[in-house]
Amino acid sequence: MNLSNGMGSMSTASSSGAWKSADVVSDQFPAGLRVLVVDDDPTCLMILEKMLRTCLYEVTKCNRAEIALKLLRENKNGFDIVISDVHMPDMDGFKLLECVGLEMDLPVIMMSADDGKSVVMKGVTHGACDYLIKPVRIEALKNIWQHVVRKKKNEWKEVEQSGSVEEGDRQPKPSEDADYSSSANEGTWKNSKRRKDEEEEADERDDSSTLKKPRVVWSVELHQQFVGAVNQLGIDKAVPKKILELMNVPGLTRENVASHLQKYRLYLRRLSGVSQHPSNLNNSFLSPQEASFGAMSSLNGLDLQTLAVTGQLPAQSLATLQAGLGRSTAKSGMPMPVVDQRNLFSFENPKLRFAEGQQHLSSSKPMNLLHGIPTNMEAKQLANLHQSAQSLGGVNMQVNAHGVQNSALLMQMSQPQSRGQILNETSGTHVPRLSSSIGQPILSNGIPSGVLGRNGIADNGRGAGYNPVQQNSSMLNFPLNNSSELPGNNFTLGSTPGMSSLTSKGAFPEDVNCEIKRSGFGASYDIFNELHHHKSNDWDLQNVGLTFDASQHTNTMHGSLDSSVLVHQGFSSSQRSAQSRNPSTVGKAMFSIGEGTHHVNVQNNGQHLNSLIVDNTVRVKAERVPDASSQTSFFHEQFGQEDLMSALLKQQEGIGATENEFDFDGYSLDNIPV
Amino acid sequence: MDKNQSRRQVRLMRQSLFDQGFLDEQFIQLEELQDDANPNFVEEIATSYYRDSSRSLQTIELALEKTPRDFNKLDGYMHQFKGSSSSIGAKKVKAECQQFREYCKAGNGEGCMRTFQALKKEHATLKKRLEAYFQMARQAGPIETACRPK
Repeated sequence: MNLSNGMGSMSTASSSGAWKSADVVSDQFPAGLRVLVVDDDPTCLMILEKMLRTCLYEVTKCNRAEIALKLLRENKNGFDIVISDVHMPDMDGFKLLECVGLEMDLPVIMMSADDGKSVVMKGVTHGACDYLIKPVRIEALKNIWQHVVRKKKNEWKEVEQSGSVEEGDRQPKPSEDADYSSSANEGTWKNSKRRKDEEEEADERDDSSTLKKPRVVWSVELHQQFVGAVNQLGIDKAVPKKILELMNVPGLTRENVASHLQKYRLYLRRLSGVSQHPSNLNNSFLSPQEASFGAMSSLNGLDLQTLAVTGQLPAQSLATLQAGLGRSTAKSGMPMPVVDQRNLFSFENPKLRFAEGQQHLSSSKPMNLLHGIPTNMEAKQLANLHQSAQSLGGVNMQVNAHGVQNSALLMQMSQPQSRGQILNETSGTHVPRLSSSIGQPILSNGIPSGVLGRNGIADNGRGAGYNPVQQNSSMLNFPLNNSSELPGNNFTLGSTPGMSSLTSKGAFPEDVNCEIKRSGFGASYDIFNELHHHKSNDWDLQNVGLTFDASQHTNTMHGSLDSSVLVHQGFSSSQRSAQSRNPSTVGKAMFSIGEGTHHVNVQNNGQHLNSLIVDNTVRVKAERVPDASSQTSFFHEQFGQEDLMSALLKQQEGIGATENEFDFDGYSLDNIPV
Repeated sequence: MDKNQSRRQVRLMRQSLFDQGFLDEQFIQLEELQDDANPNFVEEIATSYYRDSSRSLQTIELALEKTPRDFNKLDGYMHQFKGSSSSIGAKKVKAECQQFREYCKAGNGEGCMRTFQALKKEHATLKKRLEAYFQMARQAGPIETACRPK
């Protein structure tokens, strides 16, 4: 078959070549829309190409996902939209979807002969802007340009909302927008943009067309900078303009930051599941408690570990956790939340860790969860926790990796069985079922704030996976002086007041993230270390962090004793409840388990936690949430979670990418924001 | 056969393919894509399909012979095959694919085998019919715009 899907021929062979310049494109839009179509079936590819050409689009076809990614990466702004098949031999279509969304921020349409609800839902949760059922008709392709427009429009709106319009580095061309976009463009943004546009027209023109906006690749470092800036400003106050200033990256525009911020927010919300947005999938799953945690939505195994580490988990819990972790059987009640893979890792891990840690920490990795809160865990317990946490972390990671978006699932951690299910579902791609057992915590923790608490940590009740943490929305407000709300997520361990801080924060992942990041969850999960690397994880972690208010506000939880109480509670409960898997945010929260007097200094400076848990050997390595530099490539490679899982569990299932996005810095657990 | 007769013949052949359930609406979509720039588009697609699908059938056949049968894998293969077949509008083939998948889901090896045989048969039959049709079409010269079957 003479398909131009070869490496070399791809980009040129099939492009219509008629419209290359931006100007032409914009004038004749949607003609000239640059489409990249990916499908392993040569016949389908040929048909699609012909159909798209008939629609006057500029088509590049590709039969391998890897080649598609390569093309996209090489030619950052070379395409406007991507159409991809779901089932492909070399890479799962959803994975490609996520990568493209994160790295290039292009609209992606999924296609499949499979019209089952779950598959379509998966497309939705992974961020596909549309889903076509094969055989595809040309009518369906005629309107795909709307996704391009919509995306740009949303990005612009974001920019506008963040108040950066005035200074907008880039301005959409109002006139152009008006041409093809809906009348909405006539709205305020357009006007303001128009003003701006006039001012900066000269500079921006060449690229400013909404279609031609150059795409910024959010590398890990860049994302880390971004997240750092966001945390520094506080998620509430993080506006693109200020973020841009803080980041101080030459060539980066406010528009880039704005759109990235928007995605980041969505990500956080998704993690937390309890975001204010009703549409948040996670929310639906999350139990009320969880909701508060919101941010913790992605309880990752890591969280569990964190939780575990905090020593909250009683020995037996650990055992359970461990068992659970390793096995796909959802053990301890920690439901493996099907946290979004992307999200899960980064942010949720911290949360999950805690939650899960308790229960599942059974394993494998000796996590040193630093939980500022001294837990009554004995050393060995802690060790167990570590392990389980690790494994959990790993599991969670995996689970998360799979893109479980379900923070909701996480929430369900409380029910052990639900966990298992969740995991299974989520695991969709990689998550080995193992995660399920472990994952549970993570999953449940999806909700940042709630997660910790919920996962058993805070919650004493078993069932409720998310216990306690929820309790105080200001969880972190527990005795530890932290008024800082501990990123709630992480600490939900004890349901304790302190933890609630996370919850109180509303669990909005963003907040959490900030916090977490800052607090630098000391937790140094070993797991995380391994998995680390993925940025997306960072995000997750961030969420977790957010719950720790501390980060923002110097909530230093002193009062180690208090923290211990908190942690305690968190963990103790978690022990019981398998669910405690909420390691998610907890992870970050580095509870200093172990000695009672740890101050959990929840500080924004992430690293602070380290200081808290000085004694704790348990270190929960908070995934480097803050670093989440992973920036949008959450998925990067399978989401760090997978790696974690594999690393932890060894079982694995093959999680392949060990390079998880988690960039676990290996925070010392000391800084468990409490 | 004169031109008119040829064309009429071609039309009849085409119509019967639809009437007898060999082809569905998707085939018409392909026909509509055919234009002066790609005057033999439909035939090219069909050729491509048969080349790939023959290979797929062999793979599936081999997989079927393995024991114990890996139904998940078989289902996966068939999913792909079904997608491919549906893209050219091979209606009967598609139906057999669906049946095969049902049996896979049920873990019914025997049912799979039987269905697979039926599938191969349909696949071969359609191929013959299409080859004859395309040949006749080429002889008859350009055909009028595709019209939807009743």
